[in-house]
Amino acid sequence: MAEIVLRDIEKYFGDVYVIRKLNLTIKDGEFVVLLGPSGCGKTTTLRAIAGLEDINTGDILIDGKPVQSLEPGNRDIAFVFQLFALYPHLTAHDNIAFPLRATNEKPESVNAQVRAVAKSLQIEHLMNKRPSSLSGGDMQRVAIGRALVRRPKAMLMDEPIGALDAKLREEMRVELKRLHVENHSTTIYVTHDQVEAMALADRVAIMNDGVLQQVGTPDEVYNNPANLFVAQFVGSPVMNIAPARLVSAKGKSELMLGDTKAGFEVPATFAKQIEKGGGNPGAVMLGIRPEGVLVSDKKEKSSQQATVRLVEPLGSHDIVDLDFGGQVLRTRTASGRLRKVGEKVQAWLDPAHIRFFDPASSNSIQVK
Amino acid sequence: MAQLELKQVTKRFGANTALNDLSLSVKDGEFFVLLGPTGAGKTTALRTIVGLEKPTSGTVHIDGADVHEQTAAERDVAMVFQYYSLYPRYTVRENLAFPLRSKVRRLPESEIAERIAWAAKTLRIEHLLERKTDRLSGGEMQRVSIGRAIVREPRAFLMDEPLSNLDAKLREALRGELKRLQTRLKSTFLFVTHDQVEAMSMGDRIGVMQGGSVIQVGTPSEIYERPNSLFVAGFVGTPSMSLLPAEVKNGKISALGKALDVPLAKGAASGAAKVGIRAEDVIVGAKQPHSGTIHEVENFGVEKIVTLRSGEQLLRAAVAASMSTPVGSKVAFGFKPGKVHCFELAGGQRINAEGK
Repeated sequence: MAEIVLRDIEKYFGDVYVIRKLNLTIKDGEFVVLLGPSGCGKTTTLRAIAGLEDINTGDILIDGKPVQSLEPGNRDIAFVFQLFALYPHLTAHDNIAFPLRATNEKPESVNAQVRAVAKSLQIEHLMNKRPSSLSGGDMQRVAIGRALVRRPKAMLMDEPIGALDAKLREEMRVELKRLHVENHSTTIYVTHDQVEAMALADRVAIMNDGVLQQVGTPDEVYNNPANLFVAQFVGSPVMNIAPARLVSAKGKSELMLGDTKAGFEVPATFAKQIEKGGGNPGAVMLGIRPEGVLVSDKKEKSSQQATVRLVEPLGSHDIVDLDFGGQVLRTRTASGRLRKVGEKVQAWLDPAHIRFFDPASSNSIQVK
Repeated sequence: MAQLELKQVTKRFGANTALNDLSLSVKDGEFFVLLGPTGAGKTTALRTIVGLEKPTSGTVHIDGADVHEQTAAERDVAMVFQYYSLYPRYTVRENLAFPLRSKVRRLPESEIAERIAWAAKTLRIEHLLERKTDRLSGGEMQRVSIGRAIVREPRAFLMDEPLSNLDAKLREALRGELKRLQTRLKSTFLFVTHDQVEAMSMGDRIGVMQGGSVIQVGTPSEIYERPNSLFVAGFVGTPSMSLLPAEVKNGKISALGKALDVPLAKGAASGAAKVGIRAEDVIVGAKQPHSGTIHEVENFGVEKIVTLRSGEQLLRAAVAASMSTPVGSKVAFGFKPGKVHCFELAGGQRINAEGK
């Protein structure tokens, strides 16, 4: 069990920064996911914690002790890679037992530990097989077993299920989560897949271009993204982003989309709150998730007419492109609710789902 | 415009059978998706239609004519690959012009310019025309390679996982664009993917492939709502359908220790079976008849997928993101009527419920 603290970490090659002023605390027993597009510095961060990569400035503390000068082997951390890196000539049992060889423990004790790990990963029946006769998922289970058997202070995982096909990935995701709930080992997990991040993490840390963008629970990053990057990286389909302006008159406020005449009634307090947050109500970016765009059967006071442009059926629900006089917003509707391209419908924006961003800085402006 | 047809096509590579007596018919102007896991034979089917592979037995027809003797160029269908394969030293314009300058076509320069302008406008790459292709992002490159296919005005478009190398956001955007493009061109699209979200969202019809054969063809909603086999049931839909051991007895199927008890259509044979239930068809709430414990929670923002443990079985349910769901707590759950899928265990075939 361990707490890992990253303090002012920087890593650069010449004037190219891979990691910039990174501060992050991973609490004891926590599952933190580093999420970001390729090249954002997430893997480098993970490798720096493991000791596989040097950092230029900053401190890495494990349980309060700086570890930059320690060799990877002395940091007591286990690493699981995307590619399984098993010994092909050893059986699954011997692969898992391998890290225990150095501990000079009695064979009975080693076997007991391997069996316990195999049981929790449900691979007991595979113990006598060589990696070449295992499926991808089973190979990764063995690799995880090898990491677990050492009972390391922390587990670092670099896209451990990225190489598996979709079905298997879904299964392994649930298993990994289950394993964490059982073992409570501090885990840092790197992925570019936001679905994986949301499903697994206690907290998600989103990175872009070496800069940490936001750290929060899956709910926080989904519902209150700190900036436009996070807003569009987390969630599928992506959050609708559109230029908008607020027009207030007679104590009422309307939100106009882009250059369109479509005006949605919104709480009159929004304009003041945007000003207070340093924004300009006359030129903001609106962010709204598809589930916040609501289709209605009849004209309501805050609804506007829209044209159906595209229907994407996904089985459990549909994603529909609605065109409000030139500005398209996507909505999530019940399966089969809207079918015809070209159909005219009424739709409104749920104020509870409306988010604003500053067009210049792209940072979130809080409204309630 | 073209209608594509495979008649009882078998393709072997040595001892390995890639296509096994495959029959498939794609209508003129249709967006048809071949969906299946890796190794199902999707790409081989595509390559056989284009003319990059010859079938071991069976025939390929385009617009009713057997194309066995025709080369890939003569078949006049365009293929878009997962890897863009553009000429890196050429500009976008030169890349688009390339297929039009081939000896088979010999188009006049004015028409070439016209077609490039049209394709660039359609795909919104007009501003990139003079740029070299190694200076483009992944999405732009894939648009150019689609452009290189559409300038030819081929009879049909065959696409082999063209979106899989792109990041999630771009994939979503291009998915919509491709669908709009097909609606506008009204041409025949045969699209191969292993991603069921792509298949559902774009296809007019989907053919699900497994082991070299098509095992179900239907509209996205048919495939989703009435999977004809265990394989299709488990493959289509995220999260995947929960499949639970069950038993058929006296014309009824029961599972979860009788918590699920569904009368079947006449003639159902007794024996071991499976029931399938989608996460959105499991209702979690105070007044539901069955009880279980929460085993696992995955939060997707818009909703949570909760894995429930009932006895020895696990099943998934979709609940509102705002619902409190601590792991280990007890909850009551039930099933939406008429949404339970039943399958034989032996062959995996669907068994119809009563009245369906």
